[in-house]
Amino acid sequence: MRIWAHILALLTAVSPFVAGQSSELQFPQRVVAGTVFSVPTSGSGEATLYIVGPSRVLQRKVRLGESIAFSAEDLHLAGPYVAVLTSGSSSRVAQFNVVASPAPAKLSFLAKPSRLPVNLSNAVSGVVYVFDRFGNLILEPQQLSFELTDSTGRKQSHAAASHNGVGWVRMNSGAKAGTATFAARAADVHETRVIQQVPGEPCTIRMAAHPGRGQRVVLETQPVLDCSGNPVPDGTIVSFSESFAGTQSTVDVPLKRGIAKTELPSHPGAVISVASGVVMGNEIRWNGGL
Amino acid sequence: MNGPQSRVCLVAAMVLANASLVLVASAGPTVRVDPMNSVGPRPVEEQTQSSILRDYLASWQALNKAMSENRSDLLDAYFVGQAKQQLTDTVREQTNIGIRTAYHDTSHHISVLFYSPEGLSIQLIDEVEYEITIRKGEQLVAARSVRTRYVAVLTPTESRWKVRLFQGGA
Repeated sequence: MRIWAHILALLTAVSPFVAGQSSELQFPQRVVAGTVFSVPTSGSGEATLYIVGPSRVLQRKVRLGESIAFSAEDLHLAGPYVAVLTSGSSSRVAQFNVVASPAPAKLSFLAKPSRLPVNLSNAVSGVVYVFDRFGNLILEPQQLSFELTDSTGRKQSHAAASHNGVGWVRMNSGAKAGTATFAARAADVHETRVIQQVPGEPCTIRMAAHPGRGQRVVLETQPVLDCSGNPVPDGTIVSFSESFAGTQSTVDVPLKRGIAKTELPSHPGAVISVASGVVMGNEIRWNGGL
Repeated sequence: MNGPQSRVCLVAAMVLANASLVLVASAGPTVRVDPMNSVGPRPVEEQTQSSILRDYLASWQALNKAMSENRSDLLDAYFVGQAKQQLTDTVREQTNIGIRTAYHDTSHHISVLFYSPEGLSIQLIDEVEYEITIRKGEQLVAARSVRTRYVAVLTPTESRWKVRLFQGGA
């Protein structure tokens, strides 16, 4: 018995592997993604190294007593890993985390909506997730800037910091209809989205009336604009109504080239009004064109 | 209570209480959820709260099953995009090496950090504990308790919230 105890003690001193036991492996607790590093081993002979995590699994044959070298591509996905070095029935275990590298390399930028009316307050939202070059979310705060540029080149800027990898902003839509660009930037990485800013509701509607052929009155609006001076899009419905002798007739006309035009029966003394949506225009008391 | 149903009940109870609670089900993990009253910029509606937690916890079950059976198709129901791709790659690597891993989650402490203005992504952080078991064939290679922090981003799909980003060691 004493001899066997001596042999076991000697084996323990020479080799870190003791049958049926686990001991620690000297991995750094935290590895920045894409870092080149190495892990020392002791003992002699061959062993198998497993590195296991939900993001990555590796297996390597290693020679005990030599360092295990890891290249930048070996462990580049952030996450918790368990390393197991096995030789025969013995194993050493370590646990470590791979964390994102600190430099932003990619932004996931979601801008909403992609189309909206001009001059709306806090109507455009932008959300940015910041990733490193391996696609790991960078959790350390990053300085972000957002810029919304309308079709005339007028800019709105907003600075924000990311928290736990995400930053966001709300901005007003611009005054000018057309294509706007919405850009997000972190360090020297930027992403741009296109937003269509469309005219708002008509601001005012002015119509004029003149006699037409065969007892008709011709009604025509001035160019219909929103409150920022943008032409309201063609196709917007304008309603002309004529009230006469207790009856009312209405004609709905789409805007064409910015104006709406129609004809109604000419009834001297009729009241003619114009509207689009909830916006009322002027009213005319038709005198027959006299 | 066993399986996904027990987790759903847990979630419902926690959300209704609207407070940070610790509950233990016989078969499921201990789940603690911080209140979501101050999550922004979009308020998290009650129904969304329970859906998010139900689907996130179920994603851990899907992860465990996919990794322990080396079946990436089991990820489809709960993972999407980058998270699904990474986990699918891991299943493929496991298959090539000939190992299987089990991730048995024993506790979660979940805080929702961010709900996007348009409701298109929600981010949570989870202080999670799990037992990882690594097997080569039928042989146990190692078993280890892991305590770590996961950041997850979930996005709505036609049927449920799916995990789009799943990053541990945070």
